[in-house]
Amino acid sequence: MDPLLEMLKKNARESDAVLAKELGTTEADVKARIAAYEKDGVLRGFRALINPARIDDTTVHAVIELRIRPEREGGFDRLASRISQCPQVESMFLMSGGFDLMLFVKGKNLQEVANFVSVHLATIDGVLSTATHFMLKTYKDQGILMEGEHYDDRLQVSP
Amino acid sequence: MMTDSKSVPEQFIAPHLRDIPKSGIRDFFDIVASRKDVISLGIGEPDFQTPWHIREKAMTAIERGFTRYTSNLGMPELRQALTTYMKHAFHATYDWKSEILVTVGVSEALDIALRAVLSPGDEVLYHEPCFVAYAPLIRMAHGVPVAVNTFRKDDFRLTVEELEKKVTPKSRVLLINFPNNPTGACLTKADTEALADFVIKHNLLLISDEVYSELTYEGGRHSMAAISRIRDRLIFMNGFSKAWSMTGFRLGYVCAPAPLTDAMMKIHQYCMMSAPTVSQCAGIEALAAGNEDIVEMRDSYHQRRNFLVASLNEMGLDCFMPRGAFYVFPSIQTTGLTAHEFAMRFLQEYSVACVPGSAFGTCGAGYLRCAYATGMEQLKEAMSRMQTFLKTL
Repeated sequence: MDPLLEMLKKNARESDAVLAKELGTTEADVKARIAAYEKDGVLRGFRALINPARIDDTTVHAVIELRIRPEREGGFDRLASRISQCPQVESMFLMSGGFDLMLFVKGKNLQEVANFVSVHLATIDGVLSTATHFMLKTYKDQGILMEGEHYDDRLQVSP
Repeated sequence: MMTDSKSVPEQFIAPHLRDIPKSGIRDFFDIVASRKDVISLGIGEPDFQTPWHIREKAMTAIERGFTRYTSNLGMPELRQALTTYMKHAFHATYDWKSEILVTVGVSEALDIALRAVLSPGDEVLYHEPCFVAYAPLIRMAHGVPVAVNTFRKDDFRLTVEELEKKVTPKSRVLLINFPNNPTGACLTKADTEALADFVIKHNLLLISDEVYSELTYEGGRHSMAAISRIRDRLIFMNGFSKAWSMTGFRLGYVCAPAPLTDAMMKIHQYCMMSAPTVSQCAGIEALAAGNEDIVEMRDSYHQRRNFLVASLNEMGLDCFMPRGAFYVFPSIQTTGLTAHEFAMRFLQEYSVACVPGSAFGTCGAGYLRCAYATGMEQLKEAMSRMQTFLKTL
């Protein structure tokens, strides 16, 4: 992978000037490369990773395992595409194993998520079964630990 | 008879130890240590956590009861793994049974190597700027340290021209460290060949401390161990601290022909017995499955180095592009301050710690060692404060 993408994955807020210095190139080059990646659909967005436990956020998150009936033409894609349009669905993946689709959904409260599953998801023609798991606590998200800060306990100066 | 005016306890201290000066930047270190708010570019150890699988292996080792002495030389499995590693990384062949000794860090390796080969009065050529322990360790082994300067014009590589100025009939050892702390300098292939010729010409033993060897960014890694014609006069040493961020494990090793390994072993077995067993287990894991860890950390250091060198040069501080280790060594001579003054003011007025180059030898005067074993956020802040500081000068 382009080191620029690796660096953006680690810290998308880094300024173009600093990125340029780290990569040994010019700021204009970094700008151009990012613009090209955005245009080509490589970079789909830049978002903050927030620890929900540290803010007053009562949003409920759940993982839903979905079994669906594949179709003669297109397999899972038509149904998956339709489900993925729902605003409650944050992430969605086609899986190997005992179920087909894994959905990461959010709702204002438990009732809203339950309602989404029973009213919107389970009733879709082709959905065979659902299994809903509510998330209780985030320990790590996208490679970043949410709890247990790492203190730098090294000596302040060492030879 | 103790007739001088020293106190009773002082009288018992061996003269050769008493004569070793305390570090000239002790006051500086004390001030840094007393401050909590400091951004430190003065830390000579990696900021990364030891990779999880290595820590896990250490825990498992304790669980399984690997808590006793090992063979004096080190666990056979570790030495076998080191034989393989030496072959892959340095194209050097060492017999794990008789030519590899596992030590308590490279520090112990240096100590036992010097004590094994030096007689009182023997001269040891070493280059400055260098790691602060070299001259004291040589003196503690009753040798005479002879500093050879390295210069900015050579990107702080050691040249035979400078060595020839200092070599005498009493010279017995050449001690080198590349990639280098504090300059980040690396040797080229031609340099290693020239140094090999030099030690053969003057019948010297070469001690090569290559603890930063895994942190080489471009231009290839040129180890003295790869030169077979000096194999019988080389003590090679390396460790796990820098490559795998394992400083606290205290694990290093030396590779040398059997008679030399045997000689070092005599000291090691009586003063150390064996390297920590749990650390040795962790070392086996690092060698077996730690290559990706190195790549990830190296990439990160590489980017930080680029950032620091570009930032410093942009501010008007001349800084060559070091190819290894995790230090940059900018010149602060244009500021008119000495390195010590610069570092002290930068610390007191801007709360950023860098080590004055003079701490690493007189020819380091006029330079600053900035370690980039620190996160990008701190490096950015430190560079921004440095820019503000420079404007006030």
